[in-house]
Amino acid sequence: MPCVGDWLNSPLSIVQGIFAQNVPNSDWEKKVTEYFKEKLKENNATNWVPSLNDVPVHYLKPNSLVKFRCMVQDMFDPEFYMGVYETVDPNTNARVLHFGKYRDVAECGPQQEIDLNSSQTVTSERQTFYCVPVPGESAWFHAYISASQARVSPSTSYTPSRHKRSYEEDEDMDLHPSKQKEQHMGNSCCSGGDIHGCAEPKRLETEASAGHHVISPNCSPPLDLNFPLPGEKGPACLVKVYESWESFKVNDVLEVFGVLSVDPVLSIMNSEERDSSTLDPMECMDTAEEQRVHSPPASLVPRIHVILAQKLQHINPLLPACLNEEESKTCEFVSNFMSELSPVRAELLGFLTHALLGDSLAAEYLILHLISTVYARRDVLPLGKFTVNLSGCPRNSAFTEHLYRLIQQLVPASYHLQMSIESMNHSRFIPHKDYTANRLVSGLLQLASNTSLVIDETQLEQGQLDTAGVHNVTALGNLITWQKVDYDFNYHRMEFPCNINVLITSEGRSLLPSDCQVHLQPQIIPPNMEEYMSSLLTAVLPSVLNKFRIYLSLLRLLDYSISDEVTKAVEDDFVEMRKNDPESVTADDLHKMLLVARFLSLSAGQTTLSRERWLRAKQLEALRKARLQQQKCVNGNEL
Amino acid sequence: MSSPASTPSRRRGKRGRGSNPPTPQDARSPPSQKRRTDDSTSTGDLQPMPTSPPADVQSPGAADALFSSPPQFRHSAIPLDFDISSPLTYGTPSSRVEGTPRSGVRGTPVRQRPDLGSVRKARQVDLHSDGLAEDIVATEQSLGQKLVIWGTDVNVASCKEKFQRFLQRFIDPLDNEDEDIGLDLNEPRYMQRLQEINMVGEPFLNVNCDHLRSFDENLYRQLICYPQEVIPTFDMAVNEIFFDRYPDSILEHQIQVRPYNALKTRNMRNLNPEDIDQLITISGMVIRSSQLIPEMQEAFFRCQVCAFTTRVEIDRGRIAEPSVCKNCNTTHSMALIHNRSMFSDKQMIKLQESPEDMPAGQTPHTVALFAHNDLVDKVQPGDRVNVTGIYRAVPIRVNPRVSSVKSVYKTHIDVIHYRKTDSKRLHGVDEETEQKRFTEERVEMLKELSKKADIYERLALALAPSIYEHEDIKKGILLQLFGGSRKDFTHTGRGNFRAEINILLCGDPGTSKSQLLQYVYNLVPRGQYTSGKGSSAVGLTAYVMKDPETRQLVLQTGALVLSDNGICCIDEFDKMNESTRSVLHEVMEQQTLSIAKAGIICQLNARTSILAAANPIESQWNPKKTTIENIQLPHTLLSRFDLIFLMLDPRDEAYDRRLARHLVSLYYQSEEKMEEEYMDMAVLRDYIAYARSYVNPRLGEEASQALIEAYVDMRKIGSGRGMVSAYPRQLESLIRLAEAHAKVRFSEKVETIDVEEAKRLHREALKQSATDPRTGIVDISILTTGMSATARKRKEELAQALRKLIQSKGKAPSLKYQQLLDDLRAQSDTAVTKEMFEEALRALADEDFLTVTGKTVRLL
Repeated sequence: MPCVGDWLNSPLSIVQGIFAQNVPNSDWEKKVTEYFKEKLKENNATNWVPSLNDVPVHYLKPNSLVKFRCMVQDMFDPEFYMGVYETVDPNTNARVLHFGKYRDVAECGPQQEIDLNSSQTVTSERQTFYCVPVPGESAWFHAYISASQARVSPSTSYTPSRHKRSYEEDEDMDLHPSKQKEQHMGNSCCSGGDIHGCAEPKRLETEASAGHHVISPNCSPPLDLNFPLPGEKGPACLVKVYESWESFKVNDVLEVFGVLSVDPVLSIMNSEERDSSTLDPMECMDTAEEQRVHSPPASLVPRIHVILAQKLQHINPLLPACLNEEESKTCEFVSNFMSELSPVRAELLGFLTHALLGDSLAAEYLILHLISTVYARRDVLPLGKFTVNLSGCPRNSAFTEHLYRLIQQLVPASYHLQMSIESMNHSRFIPHKDYTANRLVSGLLQLASNTSLVIDETQLEQGQLDTAGVHNVTALGNLITWQKVDYDFNYHRMEFPCNINVLITSEGRSLLPSDCQVHLQPQIIPPNMEEYMSSLLTAVLPSVLNKFRIYLSLLRLLDYSISDEVTKAVEDDFVEMRKNDPESVTADDLHKMLLVARFLSLSAGQTTLSRERWLRAKQLEALRKARLQQQKCVNGNEL
Repeated sequence: MSSPASTPSRRRGKRGRGSNPPTPQDARSPPSQKRRTDDSTSTGDLQPMPTSPPADVQSPGAADALFSSPPQFRHSAIPLDFDISSPLTYGTPSSRVEGTPRSGVRGTPVRQRPDLGSVRKARQVDLHSDGLAEDIVATEQSLGQKLVIWGTDVNVASCKEKFQRFLQRFIDPLDNEDEDIGLDLNEPRYMQRLQEINMVGEPFLNVNCDHLRSFDENLYRQLICYPQEVIPTFDMAVNEIFFDRYPDSILEHQIQVRPYNALKTRNMRNLNPEDIDQLITISGMVIRSSQLIPEMQEAFFRCQVCAFTTRVEIDRGRIAEPSVCKNCNTTHSMALIHNRSMFSDKQMIKLQESPEDMPAGQTPHTVALFAHNDLVDKVQPGDRVNVTGIYRAVPIRVNPRVSSVKSVYKTHIDVIHYRKTDSKRLHGVDEETEQKRFTEERVEMLKELSKKADIYERLALALAPSIYEHEDIKKGILLQLFGGSRKDFTHTGRGNFRAEINILLCGDPGTSKSQLLQYVYNLVPRGQYTSGKGSSAVGLTAYVMKDPETRQLVLQTGALVLSDNGICCIDEFDKMNESTRSVLHEVMEQQTLSIAKAGIICQLNARTSILAAANPIESQWNPKKTTIENIQLPHTLLSRFDLIFLMLDPRDEAYDRRLARHLVSLYYQSEEKMEEEYMDMAVLRDYIAYARSYVNPRLGEEASQALIEAYVDMRKIGSGRGMVSAYPRQLESLIRLAEAHAKVRFSEKVETIDVEEAKRLHREALKQSATDPRTGIVDISILTTGMSATARKRKEELAQALRKLIQSKGKAPSLKYQQLLDDLRAQSDTAVTKEMFEEALRALADEDFLTVTGKTVRLL
């Protein structure tokens, strides 16, 4: 096995090295980031770094380099920490400088003490983000990543059956097992001979192997890890950011590389502090509730000290992470894919047509919906959102659920929202601020950009919505119309713009607003819906499925323009249409047609609107409208 | 130094001078870093320290001895000398109890200032260190070094002198703070304040740092950088002056100086390690306050053997319990007597960034505050405050038994001064805080802008550029954003006149009404957006809630109260239920909100403009019906809207073409390009804010004349046909609109052009909304009585016809309802609906001609 180097296993020793070399001047920090940037640029180096998304925390070595793909759920207050501090040995009076960056606990040797009054001390500032895995991440995606990871990353090569042997495994890999262990112990208990410190890792270990989510006895009621979606698992993480934290926003998706810190001291402190808080009024400035949230046990919520962080445009692992860079590799990738775009589109259309029971028009609209994204905002108006209401869904055949499963296979993140009186009244949609714990309690609608939200209205029965229910429905409406969610800060509300693709399946017209309603006209009614759908999925080759995934993610990121010539044509067309039938063609319709034309062009890989596409868009719209009209007539006759 | 927790450096400095180079080191290293650890440590120190008064008594002697050496410091030491025997500096706490009550500096007890850290210590340390500094100087005198407090560049004597000069001389005739009521601006203001203190007996002197800065830049800098040293010096200075002037004054304790309005840091987000231990002022919102924490200041111990008592000061939360009785030498005999220990009040408060300061897409920051003594319970959760205080950072110890330290500091602010920003809002003078936001260049830029001839059109164009055309509506909304001038007629008994303009938009669905509302809501700082469908009367007004923790009744305010001085946007106005809407009656004319709930009876200000949008009842606008019939709103409410606009879909080829081009451009232009074409939203916002707070136009002579004419004209139009086409309410609307238009021009005087525009806009709106569809004549009575004059006439005619019909039927005492309707229909040449028929019946019943019971009609 190739030696990946110390920078993976003990990045702090690298930092120490750089620090020691450059100590008087402050540019050691820059050099550290430079160093790691270089290291990670090396071929596929990022794949070597174990990911917190796929590997449980207790299989990762403390103070090793890890990566984490996450969404910023909440931002805590900035912290001041000792950037540089000095320790002194009371016996010999020897003074040593240390760095406090990338660490939670100021480290010092058994015989040393920290000199708080040293003139060498530098206080610095860092920001803590509370991060959760991207909500609604699809399962295929996990499978894909861990498959690619397992091949290259030794530290993730655990199998669940070998649960209790993780440490031995570590030793196997390490050339100096004893040293490794020693170092590990040394790190976890700074005070050397302290009983607490030594006992702790063992306890943690047993706990960890007993189950990932065992709550340490320190906090009696289980800690709510604050995932936006119910039933989510995965590590929540306190991510400490050292640079340019202003550029990150709530709900941004980040990939961070940093030092994992699960120092048990962090959790000890919790209990200790609470005991002593009665004695020491200075330390009880936070409520117990707040302390629990802001410094949860490290075994449950590990800390990551970020060395490098980047915002992700998309989370699809099949695409190069950053498409903006003028790198030959990405260009090549894009152009290669673009050349085979039309067969992929045709296949995808076929696949979705089958999925929509043979309705090709609905399938066409579904493609447009799946590649839609808010590309700009004009004062309050979000441009590029394309909410589709798929009406006329068969009610009792679990069609909507199976449809969702198919969509889940295509997009990187999605959520299926079953609308019912019960769920509307009792779930938490809007994130709100909990002032006692001083955190943002998440809600269903705190989702990352480009998440597919499939709302199933077919299960909705008549009934009474209570206040919470009304708020939730209003929030959904706001989300669809303005692409924003008003987070509740108790004393005021704050608007957070979002970019979520909403697909509503319903029997009749949905009670939620939508940009366009497509009435489903099933050509075939399979007797067994489940069989039909699963056979559909198995019929598609995994490689083709991957192509679909790339297709949907990639096209979203393309630019688009309309030439003057076509603008003129569109104008003429519109005026003509209005002349013939002023009642039925409004500005709204033009909006819709332009949207359809935009996504239609993009779906074919064209970045400018052509006359043909415009006509095709008009045609699609006309077909869709005719269907709605027809539907109205049918309903009218029934009445 | 055996523990990580440090001792206060000054003390250490005195004792262990050998290890510390005596030269002031702060010149090079940033003061904050070093001093933070010096001064603010609170992890307590367990190292033996002088705990009993004898140690204190010794020190003045020591200091005295030192004073004697350098002759040039003799005079500077004189005030110190004077102080030394006074309780201000050296009185042991017992002197507070035992000292004979005398007036003057010596007699008035010192109140500890926990806001400045452990005060007595600090002050004592000051002198110590002063002594120390002098000592340094004494030893290094040959270098001619200046006498300063250790670790700073503050010279106590000169600092005190400067501050006294400031108090005695500072005059700012241009200053107009709201607190200055009753002050003569041409006299030294702080001397007047002292006089006030003498009369009122509240021993706190608030000092505006801005004044200090304009008076003495250097002193201001020292105050900001070393508040812990400088403020006690200020205290000394003030007390000297005060008791010099008012030797007989009796105060509860000595005067404490409370500086405020430090310019250093305004925003919580800008706080950084450099601000530690400095004086800062930040604004924010209180989100939580703890209960009162009694903090022990001084512990009282008594020996259980010989009953010898001693007092021990608390050093940051820790008591150094004397292990040996000094009197009888028994070990471990000292017991703490709680009743005789001294406590001070303390409260922990969480302050959150105000929503305006938050960058988009981030969550607000919070910071902890510690309030002491008088400042406890001064603020409640939800209050907006400006806090001046000292920023502290404290290292967190992992475990008392372990030497390692978590490498993170806890930060908090020791509050010195609160200034509520929203309590003033209730008095209507909140402009003061908003004014400061404009820099001079910005004001210059705005003024430049206002001189442009087409500013009105420009601004209207900049409003919601994504919504196409509807220029008059945008102009109306623009005027609403500016608002009229506030007039006060309280002395004549009519109260305030409404200055806010209310607008109703009605029209077809999908004509971007909601979008306009959203835009306005996003534009104004205190906007609220509600939907008529989702809101209840309670949500709009206010409700009383029981706080689960304190069991206290709390008034929670709703959208209307929250948008005081702003705009309340109400979408789907027509879907609102009757009781909710009725709340609006009071708000829209009286601009107040009366609440009588759960024992709380009050009247809240709700000076809000209302921008409402309503859909027609039949979902499509029926051009054959009047506004009232189309939207089914009570006319009492409608008449309270200054402008009612119809947003209808125009059918016009040129319009369509322009619209199409506009929309297409939306779909491919990059965002930057779009920005260029229109005025920036931020500029617009500033422009409006500036006009709202600075420009207050009054009616000119010509304008008044023009208004009178306009009103008379409006009355005349209808009078010919026996209709009234204008009411005083319309005149008020006109005045408001004209004032708002003058504000747009930044003009202090309403002129004829303003009236012209107001008239035009009013007419436009009327033309759209108050035209009787049957006659095509503008008829204001549609809005005021809910029915056009012609319709009223028709109603009367029908009633007469019915009466004739019944009379023609002869003597029959009762008639069938349906029969009668059919007969009337057969007879009438126009269609008679059931409603019309019922109305006619009711009219006749009112004349005591008949009664209707169930399905039969009886004649009387």
